[in-house]
Amino acid sequence: MKYVIRKLLTTFITLFAVSALVFFSFSVIPGNPAIAKLGTEATQEKVDALTHEMGLDRPVYVRYGEWIAGIFHGDFGKSYSYNTSVTSLLKEKIGTTLILSLLAIALTMLIAFPFGIYCARKSDSKLDLILTGINQLIMAVPSFFSGILITLIFGFVFKLFTPGAYVSYKLNFGRCVAYLLFPALSIALPKISMVVKLLKDTTLKEADKEYVVTAFSRGNATKAVFYKHVLKNAMIPVITFLGMTFADIIAGSIIVEQVFSVPGLGRILLTSISGRDYPVVEAIILLLAVFVVVSNLLVDLLYRLFDPRIKV
Amino acid sequence: MKAVKRLLAVILMSTTLAVALCGCGGDKADNSSSITIGIPQDLEDSLDPHKAVAAGTKEILFNIFEGLVKPDKNGDLYPAVAESYEISEDGLTYTFKLRKGVKFHDGSTVTADDVLYCISKNADAESGSQLASAFSIIKDYRAEGDNIIIELNQKNTDFLQYMTMAIIPKNNADADTNPIGTGPYKYVSRSPQENIILTRFDDYYGEKAHIKDVTLKICASADSIVMYLLGGSVDLFARLSNTQVEQLKNADFDILEGTMNLVQAMYLNNAFEPFKDERVRQALCYAVDRQAIIDKAFGGNGSIIGSSMFPAFGKYFIDETKDVYKPDPEKAKALLKEAGYENSLSFEITVPSNYQPHVDTAQVIIEQLKQVGVDAKIKLVEWDTWVSDTYVGRNFEATVVGVDASQMTARAMLERFRSDSGKNFINYSDSEYDATLDRALNTTDDAEATKLYKDCEWILTNTAANVYIQDMAEFVAVNNKYTGYEFYPIYVMDIAKLRLK
Repeated sequence: MKYVIRKLLTTFITLFAVSALVFFSFSVIPGNPAIAKLGTEATQEKVDALTHEMGLDRPVYVRYGEWIAGIFHGDFGKSYSYNTSVTSLLKEKIGTTLILSLLAIALTMLIAFPFGIYCARKSDSKLDLILTGINQLIMAVPSFFSGILITLIFGFVFKLFTPGAYVSYKLNFGRCVAYLLFPALSIALPKISMVVKLLKDTTLKEADKEYVVTAFSRGNATKAVFYKHVLKNAMIPVITFLGMTFADIIAGSIIVEQVFSVPGLGRILLTSISGRDYPVVEAIILLLAVFVVVSNLLVDLLYRLFDPRIKV
Repeated sequence: MKAVKRLLAVILMSTTLAVALCGCGGDKADNSSSITIGIPQDLEDSLDPHKAVAAGTKEILFNIFEGLVKPDKNGDLYPAVAESYEISEDGLTYTFKLRKGVKFHDGSTVTADDVLYCISKNADAESGSQLASAFSIIKDYRAEGDNIIIELNQKNTDFLQYMTMAIIPKNNADADTNPIGTGPYKYVSRSPQENIILTRFDDYYGEKAHIKDVTLKICASADSIVMYLLGGSVDLFARLSNTQVEQLKNADFDILEGTMNLVQAMYLNNAFEPFKDERVRQALCYAVDRQAIIDKAFGGNGSIIGSSMFPAFGKYFIDETKDVYKPDPEKAKALLKEAGYENSLSFEITVPSNYQPHVDTAQVIIEQLKQVGVDAKIKLVEWDTWVSDTYVGRNFEATVVGVDASQMTARAMLERFRSDSGKNFINYSDSEYDATLDRALNTTDDAEATKLYKDCEWILTNTAANVYIQDMAEFVAVNNKYTGYEFYPIYVMDIAKLRLK
């Protein structure tokens, strides 16, 4: 229990540091939200008036204090561009990005496990060699590029989806998932390759260990030894890896959202940066930090759950 | 392990289900009265028509709001929320008769109070309204029954244009996010970076819109627009480039050609040391071959211009200004030599990187300037940086952009070059220009005002204020199920005119 409390405390401190870093870095980088909003209508008087209206003429530490105090009440401030609260603005976007990320994780597991297990069991067979080759290739292709290929192949050649015809999950969950399946696939592809490789390597390493010989000597069949003992132990590093990838996948979805025109967190993050809509940018970055920190925390805790040998 | 197996089964099943659903994803069910229009950016702006500044926002709000008068596709004004109007002999008193029973989208009726509220809101200099300076000539305004009477201090031939000011209800507390107007379409909802949804306003007093449901879909990535059009997720997209249109040939689209209604030029900072010399500016004009730019970067589409006015503004446009500087490298060299910049002039052209046409133009110009011994370099900046450093900060040497008119008045194009104007980002300063412009603004005679505005344009051309290039061609792709798209001389899209074939 002490361990959990200590972990929670470091998580909290990390998030606090991120919030300060994000907030203060935006007061240093060039660009003025008032000018960004006014565009070519900007004259010095109008810029001054709007800066005052946005409250940006007050010292940065005062604004930071207010911002932090607001967060504890669930208030992330008001978007400059949209004139609505950041919370209401991001609610739907978070849902979209989460669905996309979960789909990507599901696809990764669904495809990587059978292939990884096959490659491990039939290592050095012809098919394994071919699969390993393809695997190396896929690992090297970045998701935005595979995204373009997927759009071309599944969207235009096979017409399985209409590029750009994203439907919000609030309107039609089924169609939303059907659309997001393709961007999810392009996010998942490099992860699949990594998991396949990892699973194969760890399984082969486990198979060389002495307990396997013991298990055989007790009269177990090959299949039973493999699934009941070897695979179970080989899964531990894989699950750790999957946990860490979750944060990675959320970050990766930002780029893929652009390719597939999915209006999730990534789209709004990019436009908010160029529009200097600080409250939105700050909230999203903080949110991403939460994802990363929390998923790391969960992996640490799960470790102990999966393998009782590990006592930290 | 059993639990894992069950989990896998569930995932497998739901994936299969999703793929099955996906098969009917592209259904072309009854969309007989709906249209999806692609727009290049979200409305990251106030939805209050009195506060909105971005051209892309105003273009959409045009369908939701109306003024006492409203422009048609020729730029002429016709009565809208007002049923009729009268201007007194001396041009100082405007009387607008309110149309009976005009409804706001929330069902309430437009009253004289609402109109007075809108005038007072915009006349308030503190409000930051773009109309505040134009409204400073209002002496008095009041309502008498259904008549709105506005008295001016001085006559202004442009005043009626300002009455296109949107009429909004007095009691709308969230005008920023919940637009309520009297236009042919009413606002339904929006999802940032995704779409904006409008629906036909069935209580509209005039000719009702044809198409019922309109989705304005944000297509932020220029590269994917063609894909969306071909894939069928977007039915109409305006302001396409030449190369995008090439890819749509042979598809189910009607391609319409219009003009962008802006003045594309290499704007010169007249306060930059070499550009203080008129001869240097003229040399640049002689060195730049505008037809070659249009041929190389725009596939031959575009209209050459010679001053700060575009062709759609027929009343003020002077075609002859384009013939003042014919491409003549020898003359350019001679002028540079005279000014003491023989083979020694170098400067930077700042271009906002999100506008590919301007980037292409700058690149062609740089090649052309090399021929006369001028060393120009391109500097790409973010749009936001362009606005703050180049436009507001005036910290640049030359820049290639397009400048448009916020109102359909000559004043909107020409007033910015007055030496003391807050929008005079090129630091242009010419006493004759200032004097001519002032006379144009203060005259009571429309013919004389027109002539004086034209004189202003000639001064800009003769003093080579900028290197004027072209009014760029605009292409609109419309799925051939629809028809009725109309081009306006200002930056708007009239969705109410669209209909099914």
